[in-house]
Amino acid sequence: MPGPRNIPGTTLFDGAQAIKGYALNKMCYSFNLAANREEFKRDEDAYCARYGLNAEQREAIRRRNVLDLIAAGGNVYYLAKFAGILGLDVQDLGAQQTGMTKEAFKARLVAAGR
Amino acid sequence: MARIVGAVTTSHIPAIGKAIARNLHEDPYWKPFFDGYPPAHRWLERVRPDVAVIFYNDHGLNFFLDKMPTFAVGAAPEYRNADEGWGIPTLAPVPGDQRLSWHVIEKLVGEEFDVTSCQEMLVDHAFTIPMALLWPGEGAWPVRTVPICINTVQHPLPSPARCYKLGQAVGRAIESYDEALRVVVVGTGGLSHQLDGERAGFINKAFDTQFMEKLPADPQWATRYSVAELIELTGTQGIELLMWLAARGALGRHATAVHSNYHIPISNTAAGLMVMESRAA
Repeated sequence: MPGPRNIPGTTLFDGAQAIKGYALNKMCYSFNLAANREEFKRDEDAYCARYGLNAEQREAIRRRNVLDLIAAGGNVYYLAKFAGILGLDVQDLGAQQTGMTKEAFKARLVAAGR
Repeated sequence: MARIVGAVTTSHIPAIGKAIARNLHEDPYWKPFFDGYPPAHRWLERVRPDVAVIFYNDHGLNFFLDKMPTFAVGAAPEYRNADEGWGIPTLAPVPGDQRLSWHVIEKLVGEEFDVTSCQEMLVDHAFTIPMALLWPGEGAWPVRTVPICINTVQHPLPSPARCYKLGQAVGRAIESYDEALRVVVVGTGGLSHQLDGERAGFINKAFDTQFMEKLPADPQWATRYSVAELIELTGTQGIELLMWLAARGALGRHATAVHSNYHIPISNTAAGLMVMESRAA
């Protein structure tokens, strides 16, 4: 069987990712509180600066790009709270990451049940 | 002495909470999922548990990467949820059972499961959605609870074999408790799904079907896999079947399924439900 680092299309969140993504994930964890979400929306730059995001993480947040956020050390469970601010559901995220339309992504899920 | 009346394993997809709030039980998308639950309700009415011991995984509500316990046992008087960043409905606080919690903690550490004890612990959808599915209706919960959280956020995760053994130890702890309580063991999560990466949307019906077939009578079938192997077979979030293995472990060697349901998809997930009882060899 392949090791943890070579499942296609999959990044396991291990110690290396946890170190790389700490600031980004800490910011996203803060979005559990509604007041913090509002503050982020009011001044995104200042909020990212306060958590010390690096340039790669800041750019991935700016572009709302899930694969880039994962590459920058983001963990799916904390990133999901950022997606919540944007009003995106998990089919939106799946469609973006697979380069499909949301309708095509949902149709593929339905097809998996046949 | 306390007695384990059986185990229930169920998916805990966040979208279920909104579907319950909007009363979508008869909606064509949701009906094949919700139709699985009335037999579980009838079973619960028959076995009348006093306490639910619930294996679940936190998704970044209570635990952050600053301190990430592998196994954490709730020891709080009550458990509250929060909106998790997405506006999830908040539920009435769920009562705990501190005396039973501490008994479980003492027995687990005595068996070399060095758990983290939590006198304050927010519980997320992995705890509240199964509560709302199994005991529907607003208001007073008919059970007290002991939450047991297994880390699936940050690798290394505990192995499937270790989670099964944890469940066995929890089963022994419950059965050595000095109160005449009826206890249901719940395992939440799964089945196959993956939210992150280019492989998002991965579902494996063939594996899920085999896993559910094997779980009652041959639970150790799944414990031969490593975490990485199970993720390849079930997706990055499909690994939540660790909770199913822990719950099954609490039942002892011989068990039988009294009800099951499986439906694809709910949200991005293959949704599963099983009700199992111990049986004599």
